[in-house]
Amino acid sequence: MAGPQANDKRPLSPHLQVWRWHVTMATSIFHRASGVALYLGAIVLTAWVVALASGPAAYADFMSFLMSPLCLLILFGITAAACYHLANGIRHLAWDAGKGFDPKVSTATGWATIVAGAVGAVLVFALAFLA
Amino acid sequence: MNHSLRTPLSRARGLGSAKHGVGHFIQQRATAIFLAVLLPWFALSILLGTDGSYDSVMGWMKHPVNAAGTALLVLTGLFHMRLGMQVVIEDYVTGAVARTVSLLANTAIPAILAVIAILSVAKVFVGA
Repeated sequence: MAGPQANDKRPLSPHLQVWRWHVTMATSIFHRASGVALYLGAIVLTAWVVALASGPAAYADFMSFLMSPLCLLILFGITAAACYHLANGIRHLAWDAGKGFDPKVSTATGWATIVAGAVGAVLVFALAFLA
Repeated sequence: MNHSLRTPLSRARGLGSAKHGVGHFIQQRATAIFLAVLLPWFALSILLGTDGSYDSVMGWMKHPVNAAGTALLVLTGLFHMRLGMQVVIEDYVTGAVARTVSLLANTAIPAILAVIAILSVAKVFVGA
């Protein structure tokens, strides 16, 4: 568990304050941020299964709470985070296999994962509320 | 100038890697591969196979494949989540106490969620 100590004043990587933002850097940061956001997603999924196991009244209460405007907004964010994390996770697995490191390719796949996150979330909500 | 009587080698020992990095790396990727199948399956199956109402979701969850798939998704997801959050904590949480407490919480929270979720899925599946 070697790591930065509390009294160490040197800047931490990735030096957000000095780096020019580019898409491969942004996708890396979004991957971590979306992963952390999915901690909340796991709690919502668990709460949903508990509500289902607690009977029709509890399930109806939980679903009406989940369908409130603020919760829907959060739910859309969690869905986008899941779609993005999935798409960029597959990109990471390709990298682990040694493929896709070319700057042009990794920039293109980076934009593709961002689009996949947004489009995926819209598709999931369309399936849930329009179909 | 260092006045310690300990040799430089003695002071360096024990501060390196814990020798579990490769296992962490492989587990993170193995769970990722299973999740890349389980999560889209779960989302599409729930969205296309139910209308979200209590009765239709209960009917869905009573099917053995759906109950097993949901349980696997929860367990694999929480395991993957714990590994990922562990790296974030090790990168950003400084100070021995805060780091230890965060890492312990990061073990406890997924474990608690896993037990609660599995018991709930089992209850629905068995129909108790």
